[in-house]
Amino acid sequence: MEKVKSLVLAGLLAFAPALAMNGPALAQQNAAVAAPAAGNETTAAADSASNAAAPAAEAAPAEKVAAPPRMKPTLGIGMPMPGEITLQKQFSPTGHTARWLHDVMLLPIITIISIFVLVLMLYVMVRFRRSANPTPSKTSHNTVIEVIWTVVPVVILLVIAVPSIGLLADQYKPAPKDALTVKVTGYQWYWGYEYPDNGVPEFVSNMLPKEKAEANGEPYLLAPDNRLVLPVGRPIKLIITGADVIHSFAVPSLWVKMDAVPGRLNEKSFTIEKPGVYYGQCSELCGARHGFMPIAIEALEPAQFDQWVLSQGGKLKGAGTATTAQPAAPAPAKI
Amino acid sequence: MTTITADHHGDHAHEHHDADHKPAFFQRWFMSTNHKDIGTLYLIFAIIAGIIGGAISGLMRAELAAPGIQYLQTWAQFSDGPEATLDQAYHLWNVLITAHGLIMVFFMVMPAMIGGFGNWFVPIMIGAPDMAFPRMNNISFWLLIPAFALLLGSTFFPGGTGNGAGTGWTVYAPLSTSGSAGPAVDMAILSLHIAGASSILGAINFITTILNMRAPGMTLHKMPLFVWSVLVTAFLLLLALPVLAAAITMLLTDRNFGTTFYDAAGGGDPELYQHLFWFFGHPEVYIMILPGFGIISQIVSTFSRKPVFGYLGMAYAMVAIGVVGFVVWAHHMFTTGMSVNVKMYFTAATMVIAVPTGIKIFSWIATIWGGSITYKTPMVWALGFIFLFTVGGVTGVVLANGGVDDVLHDTYYVVAHFHYVLSLGAVFGLFAGFYYWFPKMSGRMYNEFLGHLHFWVFFVGVNMLFFPMHFLGLSGMPRRYPDYPEAFAYWNKVASHGYEIMAAGMLIFFVNLVWSLVAGKKAEGNPWGEGATTLEWTLSSPPPFHQFETLPVID
Repeated sequence: MEKVKSLVLAGLLAFAPALAMNGPALAQQNAAVAAPAAGNETTAAADSASNAAAPAAEAAPAEKVAAPPRMKPTLGIGMPMPGEITLQKQFSPTGHTARWLHDVMLLPIITIISIFVLVLMLYVMVRFRRSANPTPSKTSHNTVIEVIWTVVPVVILLVIAVPSIGLLADQYKPAPKDALTVKVTGYQWYWGYEYPDNGVPEFVSNMLPKEKAEANGEPYLLAPDNRLVLPVGRPIKLIITGADVIHSFAVPSLWVKMDAVPGRLNEKSFTIEKPGVYYGQCSELCGARHGFMPIAIEALEPAQFDQWVLSQGGKLKGAGTATTAQPAAPAPAKI
Repeated sequence: MTTITADHHGDHAHEHHDADHKPAFFQRWFMSTNHKDIGTLYLIFAIIAGIIGGAISGLMRAELAAPGIQYLQTWAQFSDGPEATLDQAYHLWNVLITAHGLIMVFFMVMPAMIGGFGNWFVPIMIGAPDMAFPRMNNISFWLLIPAFALLLGSTFFPGGTGNGAGTGWTVYAPLSTSGSAGPAVDMAILSLHIAGASSILGAINFITTILNMRAPGMTLHKMPLFVWSVLVTAFLLLLALPVLAAAITMLLTDRNFGTTFYDAAGGGDPELYQHLFWFFGHPEVYIMILPGFGIISQIVSTFSRKPVFGYLGMAYAMVAIGVVGFVVWAHHMFTTGMSVNVKMYFTAATMVIAVPTGIKIFSWIATIWGGSITYKTPMVWALGFIFLFTVGGVTGVVLANGGVDDVLHDTYYVVAHFHYVLSLGAVFGLFAGFYYWFPKMSGRMYNEFLGHLHFWVFFVGVNMLFFPMHFLGLSGMPRRYPDYPEAFAYWNKVASHGYEIMAAGMLIFFVNLVWSLVAGKKAEGNPWGEGATTLEWTLSSPPPFHQFETLPVID
């Protein structure tokens, strides 16, 4: 009896924290749901004020520098095309390597293997139909051929494995010290971007409603209000995390996909080759509006990027005007 | 055969002396200990679940036929009431994808392959009178009913934004813990627990039966390949499912009792769940396809009138696939932020699986080579299987490359890949097996013309449905999206038309099924001729209620 009692007690105790936790957990959820709506309103207001010229600039009051005009996306660059049957055009060095691996190695190899199997099958189906070959052979072993069809696939796989492993090594090359670090946070259901190097505080990026996207000449469901602005030609290091559930930060035309996991800081380095707008979409199921938290990277020439940083009230890293001691300090040592 | 159904069923004492004495209806079908009857129950269950799961994919293809939200909000009124919001409609989408995946995996393919065909033919093929544990066999089946009821019922309970479990079939934390308040996800998790227990019991039963109850002379190396495939599958089930059970039990305690196994804030890790899930999840895909491999081997050999080419290679290729299948799980997690060495290892290990799979493909073709082929319906399905599984297999080699997967992960390319190996692989295997054994199970022949017509309509439909998904995935369309940018409209429309054709094919199947059961020609013991050499063809069609009361002796 005693034992039963203590078991019941233990059970109740186990329940208690769960019950206690339910309250705040629910409250948090409500807050998370409310946030994107609020974000939408304010940014939409900013947008209409500036008529799509410099949407986020107005948000930064202190500096007088105007943000560069909102870049127009180019059809077929950084976005999928109607009826497309292959990978998007790539704009990063690892993207080129990876696309080469797919287009030049993998796709031809798998096509040849599939056609080879199909031709073999069609041949045996016609050649050995009952009317053409009434008496079946009794062969059930042939060691030579069995060894061949074991070894040949191994060789093909080795041929694939060498560049594949090389590509992985490339993708994991740590970003150099001068890389621009940007923190990306996935929320239900929008993205937040913060520039710790430049002191640009986090701003959020919500999907543009249909009318707004169409008015801007941007693709609906791909276009957010505030884009992640990055410089061209400079190594970029994204620190990616999730605030509530797992999201995934993905931009196909830069060969970037990295999960945003709560409690983890994932790192992804890449370099963008050309200015442009590169779209992406959340790529890990994250709840109701999983399909409605798009990503857009606006890649600018370094000078324009600096202008954008200043327009956001940020500081230029390592520049003469920089007042932050830490990033500026190592610079003279290089000379 | 004799059809003595006998009125003296009250007299149980004599039952054991009469091979063909069947118990009364309720006792026969609800308290069954007969492997053939339980197999039939499994098949009926799988067909019902397949209709539900297939109808759900029809809803999804209807919604995806054009950009924009067409029907979701109307449908959401059924699950969330007349005031359903747009967010609840989006949540309903997640409920649909979750239900489709879970139903097709746990309640259609597995019950049909292992429960249905495994139960029916493993004992017969090894010359055993029944399964080793007939009562356990019964509970294995009946556990599926509450499991399925819990899953379907969860649709009507809160699961976060709307009603139903919208976590995807993978049930990733923390979306499934802090992200889905309400009992729906708990019900789905319990459903998996019960279905998992059912499968573990089934696996124990198959392993015991195959290792202990083979007829005299039936050595392991003389077993038909279908029995080999079920043996390997049973070991995979036995080793993988307890890991799933552990993973989802921790989900339950995280959800309800304040533990933090998958919450970094309490020292846990969301990635831990993914590792545990895929440690189960990857062997699970081989659990679904290996019995199909076995079925195809039997059929190809039968209709080529030739023994299977490279029998030992075929058997041990399946063992190799099973073993290697346990050490490749994290290729499902290439974008979670694993270290480069881990990614390199899983890339290389995954590609290794292509070798035993290649051996199987080429051995099937070599079995046909030199044969004398008759193109009966099962053979046509088997040939379709071999080619389409190859197509699904080679895209797997593409996805195995961790560096390439960075762009393809969680896109429609993955959807295309696993539907080619499952919907066009496992399902083709199921239809091949169904037509192959239908005369044996029912005692009646199916309609050959309708069988061929079913194949061709279905073949065209599924290829039109799933091949364009490769294009969608390459150009970047993510999975699990209820709406998509204009650019993806074309191939989505093609895919939805493919679904319509596929559905027409299924209609032909059901017409054939009903017509054959009612008016099909009586089947002989061996309708396939000299090529059919396994033991089930030595029995009458359908076999006596208890077969092999005198054990057959294998030379």
